[in-house]
Amino acid sequence: MSPQEHALPYPLTPESALEPPREWEGLRRECPVADVHLPNGAPAKLLTRHEDVKAMLADPRFERDIRVGSTAGDAGETGDDSADLSRMVPSTGENHLRWRRLVGRWFTAKRMRQLRPGMERIAEDLIRDMTASGQPADLKASLAFPLPVFVICDMLGVPAEDRERFSRWSDTLLNLTRYTGQEMQAAQREFVDYMAGHIEAKHAEPADDLISALIEQRESGEDGLDDTELLGTSMGLLIAGHETTANMIGKMVSMLLADRSRWERLVSDPSKVRTAVEESLRADANQGFGLTRMVTEDTEVAGETVPEGSAVVCSMAAANRDEHVFSDPDGMDLERVPNPHLAFGTGAHSCLGQALARTELQVTLEVLLRELPTLELASPPEHLERVEGLLVGGLREVPVRW
Amino acid sequence: MKITVDQDACCGAGQCVLIAPDVFDQREEDGIVELLEPEPGADLHADVHEAAQVCPTAAITLHDD
Repeated sequence: MSPQEHALPYPLTPESALEPPREWEGLRRECPVADVHLPNGAPAKLLTRHEDVKAMLADPRFERDIRVGSTAGDAGETGDDSADLSRMVPSTGENHLRWRRLVGRWFTAKRMRQLRPGMERIAEDLIRDMTASGQPADLKASLAFPLPVFVICDMLGVPAEDRERFSRWSDTLLNLTRYTGQEMQAAQREFVDYMAGHIEAKHAEPADDLISALIEQRESGEDGLDDTELLGTSMGLLIAGHETTANMIGKMVSMLLADRSRWERLVSDPSKVRTAVEESLRADANQGFGLTRMVTEDTEVAGETVPEGSAVVCSMAAANRDEHVFSDPDGMDLERVPNPHLAFGTGAHSCLGQALARTELQVTLEVLLRELPTLELASPPEHLERVEGLLVGGLREVPVRW
Repeated sequence: MKITVDQDACCGAGQCVLIAPDVFDQREEDGIVELLEPEPGADLHADVHEAAQVCPTAAITLHDD
């Protein structure tokens, strides 16, 4: 274990948009619990090994905190956290488990499979519009972004026409550096008002959507979400359904096209789509900030004591390239099995919407391979640019031709 | 091969159902895993192994004969 002279600035900066930061390999090997400082200057510990990230994320003792490191500060500093999304949904213990099961029943693999035909139609329509307006095109704006937005809006029963507002709110709430605490609170207020109004309307006039179902679940006398939980859940799902999968579609297609032999292999054998999606999730070096835990008691990690009160940043993307778990971690093996990557986190808090995300990624890739087998990047992969400052990593544009 | 699942540990991620839908399902009422086929045939063993290896809460245990 070589001691660090200086804390590293976090997030680390990669050489190019699809490549990992140079530091990861050395950190995993020699400094698995690294000192970093976050965008707001706060100190934290960075974990990069698969074993350590997995154990920390699955540890039920430690709370999540998505606001650690934001330059906008915490809503708590003004004493107003009534609209703080991260506090509206139970995040620990039995309460979290209850919430998870009440909402989880709507995100099962089987339900997602039923959404497939609808997703395929959306993908086909978006691809048709993209090709009709000529090449080169930005696959992110034409397909990667609108598809998950249409799907989650449809699931929640919110009008897709309002998507520009949702994009603005989620960009503000998921950005670490660009906005002030006041701007964040204003966005959150607007978003709360919008969603509360929407829930009210569903109450008066239920329809075939998730929010109506969650209301009905409670009113039928079963256990159900209370008002705050319902509001927080609806907002959380809308935001989570927005940025994460949208960015992942763009990154997945870029990675598969960056070495076009990958794309060609899938065109000739689309049965590899499922494992290719998992490998893309694993190989995504631009996953974003990672997940943070507040360590509430002295804890041993990789033979070191992480003191009580530390903020710990778990880099799932660094862990996903750990050579102790994945052979040839910097390559892409489109048939890798098993692929125990941590892109969705792990343990009791792993992503609630992962079956939805997987289905969207699989459908998008299948339809693209079928409709546009000649797809290629319209500029060299090293010219792709990352979106800066977001908790969720993405590419600004994905220029393609066909 | 004999499979057991830990429904208290399960978080309803659905990976097992996506990988081996003939063996695993999720309960309607809460999305928690349930076994359709506790002793699957040899043709399903590879998928079942994969499902167990990637389960985010290690809720699937395999007992080889």
